[in-house]
Amino acid sequence: MELEYLGGFQILFGVLWRFWPVWVALAIVLALSYAFKPRLGLYGQLFDTGVGVAGVVICLFWAFTAIFADIVSPFDPLAQIFVMKDALPGAIEPETGQAFLFGGDRLARDIFSRMVYGSQIVLVIAPAATLFALMVGTTLGLPAGYYGGRVDSILSFLANLVLAFPVILLFYLLVTPGIMDTPIPYAMAGLFFLFPIIFFCALFYTRFSGRPRLLVVQIGLTVLIGGWVYVGLVFDADPLGIISIRPNELNIFVAVVFASSPGVFRIVRGLVMDIKTRDYVAAAQTRGESPWYIMLWEVLPNARGPLIVDVCLRIGYTTILLGTLGYFGLGLAPESPDWGTAIKESSRLLRAYVHPALPPVVALMSFVLGLNLLADALREQSLKD
Amino acid sequence: MIAFIGRRLGTMALTMLCLTLVVFFMVNLEPNLRKLAISQLDMRSSDEHIESWLVKNGYRDNFFVRYGRWLGVVQKQPYVDPDTGAVTPRFGYCDEPAEPHYGGILQGDFGCSTKFKTTVAAKLFPALGATGILMFWVMVVMVPVALLIGVLAGMREGTRTDRSLSVASITTTATPEYVSGVIFTVIFASWLGWLNGSAASATRVGITFSNFTLPVMTMAIYGIGYIARMTRASMVEVMTQQYIRTARLKGLAFNAVVVKHALRNALIAPFTVIMLQFPWLLTGVVIVEVMFRYQGFGFTLVEAAGNNDIDLLLGCSLVSVFVVLFTQLISDVGYAYLNPRIRVS
Repeated sequence: MELEYLGGFQILFGVLWRFWPVWVALAIVLALSYAFKPRLGLYGQLFDTGVGVAGVVICLFWAFTAIFADIVSPFDPLAQIFVMKDALPGAIEPETGQAFLFGGDRLARDIFSRMVYGSQIVLVIAPAATLFALMVGTTLGLPAGYYGGRVDSILSFLANLVLAFPVILLFYLLVTPGIMDTPIPYAMAGLFFLFPIIFFCALFYTRFSGRPRLLVVQIGLTVLIGGWVYVGLVFDADPLGIISIRPNELNIFVAVVFASSPGVFRIVRGLVMDIKTRDYVAAAQTRGESPWYIMLWEVLPNARGPLIVDVCLRIGYTTILLGTLGYFGLGLAPESPDWGTAIKESSRLLRAYVHPALPPVVALMSFVLGLNLLADALREQSLKD
Repeated sequence: MIAFIGRRLGTMALTMLCLTLVVFFMVNLEPNLRKLAISQLDMRSSDEHIESWLVKNGYRDNFFVRYGRWLGVVQKQPYVDPDTGAVTPRFGYCDEPAEPHYGGILQGDFGCSTKFKTTVAAKLFPALGATGILMFWVMVVMVPVALLIGVLAGMREGTRTDRSLSVASITTTATPEYVSGVIFTVIFASWLGWLNGSAASATRVGITFSNFTLPVMTMAIYGIGYIARMTRASMVEVMTQQYIRTARLKGLAFNAVVVKHALRNALIAPFTVIMLQFPWLLTGVVIVEVMFRYQGFGFTLVEAAGNNDIDLLLGCSLVSVFVVLFTQLISDVGYAYLNPRIRVS
């Protein structure tokens, strides 16, 4: 059967039109940002430079694409429509009359929809894993840098141990189908997901231990919310059924957190070693504040600038790591629409068809580029002060 | 200095011991052993058959005894057939002495590859050689280009050249190998047809411009941005120093100041960065070799990991961990050597 095709401009306008909820949301956010720019602090200052604006726009674009994926994508990312096998960009699907804007892949799925849904997977796992890695790295890096000595030696040795592993080897060992039969990923998840709860409990306890009423509320809320997420993620037994994670996703999540927390640890440790020589830390010590109070309420807030920049870069790096996992077919299901898996699928058939490879490649590259530009702009702004 | 290097070498040995122990533990998990047994027997083997194969080849012995054997501190026992009483080697393709012996890493015996049906040494070292050639060309392309971009961008901070080169280097750091590899293949192999989209022929026929350019380019491009940014930062800092101003004020031309005074001081920091790039290049090697089907170290590692080839995987991890730690050592020592202001404490 002959397929009908759209022309080049029609494809371009079709793509732009499909993204309409994203454009609307983007316009609202940018308009609000410009309107309240002076009051937005560091975020507002980002709009002073071209690099910063580009970074914010690209990151927001992908964030909104992930949020509105259901509206943006015309087809189900997993549905196979057999006439569309290896269809070229712009081919019109005969039954619905909708176009496969970027064509069809080897298994006759809409590449455009897969790219849009792929953003959902990447934008959930990458920032979440980075935040967990930040918690783990910070909670361990603070005492290592502040106390020094033996604590530092042991923790640094462990961090260097993980860093000495080539990432690929680590993933091949940690993310295999076989390992999900063993308790290792669950044990690691159980350990890593404890860190945020410990962190926030320590944060509130050191500050508000003199005001028991407030403290009880805060600690109670932390344990309740933390425990809820913990039970949902580690045991997949959320009583409300909202939080659930598939075993293979948990496995990836844990592996990515494991691979990136030593990096955070090293940065936090270095920052703390620098900041602890400042006068305000000496003042706090003289006041007789506890070491953890000083670490969490004196040192950490002053280390936030470099840490925010690092988080931006690290989300990009985690995205690259996720892509690597997908490229080697580790962890994610083979039909999963994420960008790494899509690149793997299409790069094998590059001699026959070029079009399935380009959308996921451009998507991944632009998202990481956006994050890097954002980090660069943030660094420049924080250096100004 | 000697004490510093000695202590670092000690830490290095300890790290390698810990890491190989971890790898050994991971490859000997029950699902992985089953995978190995099934790949060696056939898909329809019964559970008893698998179990007897594992017992026969010593995979059911005590974990630490087996690690000791691999390391070379516990004797390896030859396999004696219980029916005939004859000594037979476990794997026909590896020579195995008929008497108990110490044969591990410490004796220089890397063991036996179950996937490639040969000794690990016979597979691993040619693969390392092939990767060495790739790495050499990557370095030849990457380092001069990156340093040039960094110096050009950093010598006049804030100019249009600086801005555009900086954005270009940010873009390349946002492009992992599997992305740039696809883009380059599409442009140079599919559309223009200038280059070969696969380096498989490099192993068989030999390295040519058309089959080796794409892998080298793909690997170099990711590193260029990073090194260039480091060089730029270092160059910007050097250009604000007093001695640069002095050189300018005494009437030297700008180019002479850059070449004679700034360059040498600005290149100390990138040296460390280039050295620390090696571990990361290792990951790049794996992606690029798999993508372009080049039979090197990365390709071997993926094959070993995919088939749970225990001895080969351990050999690969030993090599990669050694590379990582050794380059760290060189970077520390070299930094102290290049920069007289730093004293090793």
